[in-house]
Amino acid sequence: MNFQAVVFYILSAILIFAGFRVVTAKNPVHAALYLVLAFFTASGHWLLLQAEFLAIALVLVYVGAVTVLFLFVVMMLDINVEKLRAGFWSHFPQAAIVALIMMAEIILVLSSPEAGLSKLQPAADAMAKISNVKVLGGQLYTTYLLPFEAAAVILLVAMVAAIGITQRQRKDSKAVDPGVQVRVRRDDRVRIVKMDVVKPEVATASESNTEQQA
Amino acid sequence: MLTLTHFLVLAGILFAISVLGIFLNRKNLIVLLMAIELMLLAVNYNFIAFSHYLSDSAGQIFVFFILTVAAAESAIGLAILVVLFRNLNSINVEDLGSLKG
Repeated sequence: MNFQAVVFYILSAILIFAGFRVVTAKNPVHAALYLVLAFFTASGHWLLLQAEFLAIALVLVYVGAVTVLFLFVVMMLDINVEKLRAGFWSHFPQAAIVALIMMAEIILVLSSPEAGLSKLQPAADAMAKISNVKVLGGQLYTTYLLPFEAAAVILLVAMVAAIGITQRQRKDSKAVDPGVQVRVRRDDRVRIVKMDVVKPEVATASESNTEQQA
Repeated sequence: MLTLTHFLVLAGILFAISVLGIFLNRKNLIVLLMAIELMLLAVNYNFIAFSHYLSDSAGQIFVFFILTVAAAESAIGLAILVVLFRNLNSINVEDLGSLKG
């Protein structure tokens, strides 16, 4: 067993343990922290597969942003964990059976000798000459330029949506709703009153005095 | 010697664990979101393993896009969760029956 295989098995053990703890941890904060461990271990695996850019992106994006977001939300909400975990282990046998069957099916399909998945060998020298980042960058900005731009738009839309969903209107806000403003008709603002012509009264002496004082 | 099957089986195990998590945490919305993230990670394993063993960088490009969409999805999911908690004071899935679906 060479060094790579040893690293693979150690990381796999950590990954499976962390994944299992994510779904069974009592405290959601612990679950989020185990999620960090799982992503970090996965990035180690991806380094073994010579996908350096994605390994680093996984740590930056997931460990740095997504799981921190999870931690923020978990800590902000006041969750009654006991109530949410009522009957947690009573579902376990059923869930374990389904999961085991799924796993067995996946492994059965993968280990089929006709597929010949184990015979595939990476072209060792093809990858070694050019850096992974260079290859991905070249592909992203030429062949996949349009999907790349679409991904950027998706991120922007998600950001706007997340802010828009969580924004609350202040009670003392004096901001005008543009929709209401557009829908205003003349009758809401102006009232025309028909009335007879009235002759203005001659100001009395006392009133003219007060006006002068003012 | 590491083969493609090693990585694919590992991804399969990880996927099964997250299915287990979705079954177990049927009430806890936040752990459900975490289990979905684990599932996406398992799928990304497949893409990267195939990309390495077939020497084709298209798989890694796909993982890049999956990462983008997953980040957007979890951000919006958590935003909905926060609004939900503000209105219902709970993130229990069983309390979310107001649409009578």
